[in-house]
Amino acid sequence: MDWLNAGVQGILLGGLYALFAVGLSLVFGTMRLTNLAHGDLTILPAYIALIIVGFIPFNPFYAIPIVMVIMFIIGYALQRGVLNFVVQSGDVAGVIVTFGLSIVIANSLQQGFTANSQGLDAGTVENLSITLNDRLAIGWLPLIIFIMAVVAIGLLGLFMGRTKMGRAFRAVSDDQEAARLMGINTKHIWAVAMGVALLVVSIGGVMMGIRTTFHPLLGSDRLIFAFEAVIIGGMGSSWGTLLGGIVLGLAQTLGARAFGSAWQILVGHVVFILILALRPQGLMGKAVTA
Amino acid sequence: MSTTATATAAGGRRHSVSVASRTHFIVLGVGAVLLVLLIALPFFGSTSLTRRLVDFFTLLALAELWNLMLGYAGLISVGQQGFIGIGSYTLWLFSDKFGINPFIAVIFAAIGGAIIALPAAALVFRLRGGYLAIGTWVIADTLRLIVANIKQTGGGSGITIQAASEMSTGTRVPGVYWWALGVATMAIATTYLLLRSRTGLALKAMRDNDLAAESSGVNLWRTKLYTYIIAGAGCAAVGAIVAIHLLRVQPAAAFSVTWTAYLIFITVIGGIGTIEGPIIGTIIFYVLRETTSKYGTWYFIALGVLAIIVTIWSPAGVYGWIVKKTGFMVFPLQRKLQIAESKVAPPQITPSGGGVAS
Repeated sequence: MDWLNAGVQGILLGGLYALFAVGLSLVFGTMRLTNLAHGDLTILPAYIALIIVGFIPFNPFYAIPIVMVIMFIIGYALQRGVLNFVVQSGDVAGVIVTFGLSIVIANSLQQGFTANSQGLDAGTVENLSITLNDRLAIGWLPLIIFIMAVVAIGLLGLFMGRTKMGRAFRAVSDDQEAARLMGINTKHIWAVAMGVALLVVSIGGVMMGIRTTFHPLLGSDRLIFAFEAVIIGGMGSSWGTLLGGIVLGLAQTLGARAFGSAWQILVGHVVFILILALRPQGLMGKAVTA
Repeated sequence: MSTTATATAAGGRRHSVSVASRTHFIVLGVGAVLLVLLIALPFFGSTSLTRRLVDFFTLLALAELWNLMLGYAGLISVGQQGFIGIGSYTLWLFSDKFGINPFIAVIFAAIGGAIIALPAAALVFRLRGGYLAIGTWVIADTLRLIVANIKQTGGGSGITIQAASEMSTGTRVPGVYWWALGVATMAIATTYLLLRSRTGLALKAMRDNDLAAESSGVNLWRTKLYTYIIAGAGCAAVGAIVAIHLLRVQPAAAFSVTWTAYLIFITVIGGIGTIEGPIIGTIIFYVLRETTSKYGTWYFIALGVLAIIVTIWSPAGVYGWIVKKTGFMVFPLQRKLQIAESKVAPPQITPSGGGVAS
């Protein structure tokens, strides 16, 4: 693969990482909950899509809206039924419970669908590409995924900034007690926030399922990539997260180009570590850490 | 307020702060006998029993160290597998490449763990709360990928510990056992002594309220760093012991996050923030594993569900429940205020007690 080609692939991949990352930071931002099950919850949508296309034989693209609704419901129920109990108990309880949840989801998927890799078949679009010149070709599918990711991040930003619900999210994030006094039902808001976070990541989850294969144990990698994108970009800024995702995607594909595919993830980690060491507030973060 | 007032009112009454009670000397005696029995076990126990106890004590050591970090220093690590893996590979390096006796190489592995812990701490301590946890995971994954990408260590398929394979079973199994017992005992003793010391007070103050602790002059960063380094060294020692025990080391297994899953389960079930909790947790975990691990994924699902349920509805764990019922702690760590005489029966609260500061 050519350097330029690797670079383009990296940027396109980065959009997807950013999409996973905004879900993670939305949850962290609104309720200070570090969701270690986040990665597994990005794998789950692909399996839900797999079930749907098993029943109704249509293109998995059309399954995305249905999966989004299902993931919203799962997120809402999960938050109200389980996670709301630990939101106010501090970081430790949140980490332990979501880690436990991660184990439960990964092993349930393995129990239900075996550990084998699965794929979603979207037909010919998977192989179409735009040939710019003899050395550079951009696949339609990665490009569509990237555009969808950017649009989703933008819409999420509008939702947070312009809607009543988005204002409630920010109010709860800034001062929980004051928000409650203003008549905001924090338990409901947290549940909606989790629902929205999972709704957003499910787009990426299904698209990634179409683009490559997936298996139940991919969750930890997804969580780590999402986290790295958040920290590289800087916390609390969704465009920063997009930049973080792109930097991570570039690091991975260029690293793989330079040293071989075994080094792909490692080079991403190294870039993350460098950013954390040299610019802990992230590329676009404010100097004061939260 | 009321205690201060009573002390003033009673005037000459003496009070003292005690830690251990008479029962604790009995406990100490029983503990000493148990320890002697455990040390002597390879001489009368079967090889398979000794092997099983190696598993038990390595898990116990890891759980105690994880508990020291989490329960006392408030550090949530899900990346201790990084140190376990580094310990395993350092052992291979020193025993097979440098020709040092594997049982001595364990010490070098511990030092290796401590050395890695220093820069790792400098990095992950920049992250707050739960993000620190994912940070430790990234460090562990980075270490795994580095090791897996080095050809000399056998890459992803791992490598055999020659020096350990050449040992006779009669030497290896008891040796590994004593190391495992030793590290577990050291982990418990270190935690106990650390908590009884000045640093321990700082750790407990930090756990209870880090802002208040810091404003009382506790150096949070340094205290956390010490804890992280001790845990890193201990986990690396365990990794080395496990490598001798299994004769083989493989990146995917040595650096597996499953280690952390076990530690979380053990500590949460037993009781976070107590020395006894992980002991009880390890026993429960061990029994559960021996009886239900054949169910594979269902076993892991059950572990996850149990950890969630206990954290939400009974965060003090099994030991917390025992303490609540009996009021007795095996390791005396709580300081109890004792008033020597009680001539004046009811505590008197003087409303205008001059100079009473609360």
